[in-house]
Amino acid sequence: MFEYARAAVEGALAAGATYADARVVIAKAESMEVLNQAVESVGSSESAGIGVRALIGSSWGFYATPSITNTAARVAGERASEIARASAMVPGEPITLADVPVVQASWETPHDEDPFAVPLGEKVDMLIRVSKTMQDVEGIALARAGMAFYDTDKWFVSSQGSEIHQHIVESGGGYDATAIGERETQRRSYPQSFGQYATGGYEMVRLWDYEGNAQRVAEEAIQLLSADVMEERETALILEGSQLALQIHESVGHAIELDRILGWEAAFAGTSHLELEKLQTHKYGSELMNITADATLPGALGSFGYDDEGTPAQRVDIVKNGTWVGVLSGRDSAARAGLPPGGMVRADGYSRLPMVRMTNVGLLPGEGTLDDIIADTDDGVYMATNRSWSIDDKRLNFQFGTEIAWEIKNGRKGRLLKNPTYTGITPVFWGTLDRLAGEEEWVHWGTPNCGKGQPMQVGHTGHSASPARFSNVRVGVRA
Amino acid sequence: MTHRHDMLEKVLDRVGSGVEAEIRLSTGVESLTRFANSFIHQNVSEEVSTMSLRVALDGRVASASGTVTDEETLERLVETAIDAAQRQPVDPDWPGVASPSITPATEHWDAETADAAAVERARKVKEFVDAGPSMEAAGYCSSSSSEVFFVNTRGHFAAGRATTAILDGIHQTGRSAGSGHQTDRALSGIDAHAVGSLAAQRAVDSVETYDIKPGEYEVVLSQECVATIAMFLGAYGFNAKVYDEGMSFVDMDTRQFDESFTMVDDALDGRGLAVPFDSEGTSRRRVELVVGGVTKGLTHDRRTAKKAGVESTGNALPGGDTFGPTATQVFVDQGEQTVDDMIAGVERGLYVATFNYCRVLDPKSLAVTGLTRNGTFVIENGKITGAVNGLRFTQSFVEALGPDRILGLGNDARWADSEFGPGMIHSPSVRLSSWNFTGGTDG
Repeated sequence: MFEYARAAVEGALAAGATYADARVVIAKAESMEVLNQAVESVGSSESAGIGVRALIGSSWGFYATPSITNTAARVAGERASEIARASAMVPGEPITLADVPVVQASWETPHDEDPFAVPLGEKVDMLIRVSKTMQDVEGIALARAGMAFYDTDKWFVSSQGSEIHQHIVESGGGYDATAIGERETQRRSYPQSFGQYATGGYEMVRLWDYEGNAQRVAEEAIQLLSADVMEERETALILEGSQLALQIHESVGHAIELDRILGWEAAFAGTSHLELEKLQTHKYGSELMNITADATLPGALGSFGYDDEGTPAQRVDIVKNGTWVGVLSGRDSAARAGLPPGGMVRADGYSRLPMVRMTNVGLLPGEGTLDDIIADTDDGVYMATNRSWSIDDKRLNFQFGTEIAWEIKNGRKGRLLKNPTYTGITPVFWGTLDRLAGEEEWVHWGTPNCGKGQPMQVGHTGHSASPARFSNVRVGVRA
Repeated sequence: MTHRHDMLEKVLDRVGSGVEAEIRLSTGVESLTRFANSFIHQNVSEEVSTMSLRVALDGRVASASGTVTDEETLERLVETAIDAAQRQPVDPDWPGVASPSITPATEHWDAETADAAAVERARKVKEFVDAGPSMEAAGYCSSSSSEVFFVNTRGHFAAGRATTAILDGIHQTGRSAGSGHQTDRALSGIDAHAVGSLAAQRAVDSVETYDIKPGEYEVVLSQECVATIAMFLGAYGFNAKVYDEGMSFVDMDTRQFDESFTMVDDALDGRGLAVPFDSEGTSRRRVELVVGGVTKGLTHDRRTAKKAGVESTGNALPGGDTFGPTATQVFVDQGEQTVDDMIAGVERGLYVATFNYCRVLDPKSLAVTGLTRNGTFVIENGKITGAVNGLRFTQSFVEALGPDRILGLGNDARWADSEFGPGMIHSPSVRLSSWNFTGGTDG
């Protein structure tokens, strides 16, 4: 496949590009959804094509075609350059690229069990059993379960001489039970909302005890219907790991994207409350806050060997002892900001322009356990599993809802609380982080549905987190 | 068209006898020119050729999709779907594929837009940018063409095509931002100077901001805000699958909304932007969702229609088995007032240009939290007197439009951007008696 990518790059250079790269991508996916013990959908997809990027002046030109032939590839390259040239009608400062090593390499996701080789019947049957267990709990109206698997081959060629093949395998799934009341719905999910996804094979599904948690999840959904509504107040907030992972994603991960900081995403995704001049000095959170962007973590959803610009995967410090020290960047944004390139540029398939994407942006663990944190809390709430999320375009003002919460009194879990929400301002909230559980409860949570860019791209990102406590948080905000 | 039809028939031949199958081929070109910091930085174009296939073997159903350019891929697609179907349990709700019918000849197509070059989009961007001198502009201009072909094993064939052009952007002063948007069937119909001027004016008018206390405020909402409300009503309420699951607020034939509120889904309307059939080949039709404030209808695909004992309304989405049939060409009836008229009637309230990051807290009440963005203005004694930074709200969208809650409807309906994207909701501005703001975006 390298020959087609080379042809695309040659076409772009011949048409005037000062730099070009191309990716041939063949991606297949398999998904299945079960609702109330019936198969709602079983689908597979396969996309294949070439995407070529050409740089002229202050703009990238990009052209994608599903035709994988030498002729089509060369034409695609030429068109990418033509498109880039048209941008000169509204010009800006020329784009330059930070240096990266020229490599010829290959990389594959470590995995034990090819998820596509596991019989479809086995996978569907397990989902049906889980759905049945949930539906057997009286009052459950909807018992949904699903899985999805992704197998992606990509061949990257740059005009600077890099040639890289990668084979990336991703697996995951999950389920939820919904109980419907008079004027409300209550839902519980496992392992987390939208499922838990990872790089790896079917073993990443087997890691989780799907069948052993189905009854508990369903019973909790029923119990929530008659639970007390969380009252509005300021109190200590303990977050379960997967909810903290989404908190990291929204209030740290997006805010540290260098393209947002530079204003390149201003109209849609938004900008950031962070200002580059304050890198190395801005206080992001408490001393306990240590965030890294680490694309080398085995099994985490945002792991790979090389990004879609051919930059090697790396671990970068983002927040150290509460101080902001790093960003997510690509070759163009890093050069503009005078920073080293972070290798964090990826595209959603062959037909999209690569852009800055989170890798695995995670909070390094502390000490102790969730039980220790609860035991150490006189008055507060413990919230688990995301139900809603909303944050402004600067990543400053957020409001999250979770599926379930418990009151914490005198070091013990007490009343079950429904419709839990909390709200805050990013640096204020992170400044109140005062307890953080240790490595034994540190999980590489995956977010498989991160939207960014125009045309829209869906990214797969990872967020390692263990349970943590924040003080004086406003909870229970409702209409 | 003959070539594409032949290609689809070839796939049907491979499916073999005793198998029900439906195939949809979508082709076209999608191009988008993106600008930020007042210059074009990303300029992309994509050839689209995607085929989706659904097969049923004695009620065992599976689907497959992929980019298709050669016979080998076609063959693999068919084999994959049949193989998967053979391993499935029987689906008791499988409605079968659509029977032959005549597809409406409605075509929302502009040949010049289908062939638009990058330089034509760049010209629109330049007009937008130039409308806000000394400001920082960001946004995009897109042009796209889509030709869709459908066949199934019952002999049904449908074809249609559509084009869309969009200009969406903001102007920023450094302390404020304002937005503008236009969607049209034709790139030539986009008035880039007008869109840019509106965005620039909103940005200038937002420079001086002051704080207001959270609470209930009377509001005038732009077409974009109304589009998000209507989109959520359609996706989470009038969607027959959601209704069947008991998750919808819909109470049929009940006056759930203000009597001035009427909302229909109608891809055949002359102003439409979509092809005249859905992903199951069913012809689109006019579906009255709310008439005079009374809830009247649901959107159906073949599966939900079979369960409800009615006909499909032609609202199946590609790959939408889980999400359910959704209204995507919605028209909200406009009124007779200008935005200035509506503002003049407000003693103390807010004008909101755009909602952002709206998320459902509870589907049954359609309680939603979100933020305002790119233009939130204070209205005092009938005039805009200042601006506020973005605000967070938590509000039931159903209650907001409830009986006696709509105080005015604008005469300015157009295709508006929404939380789900542009080109799906044609909506006017609206004046509402109350909206619940819970705080500012900066604390």
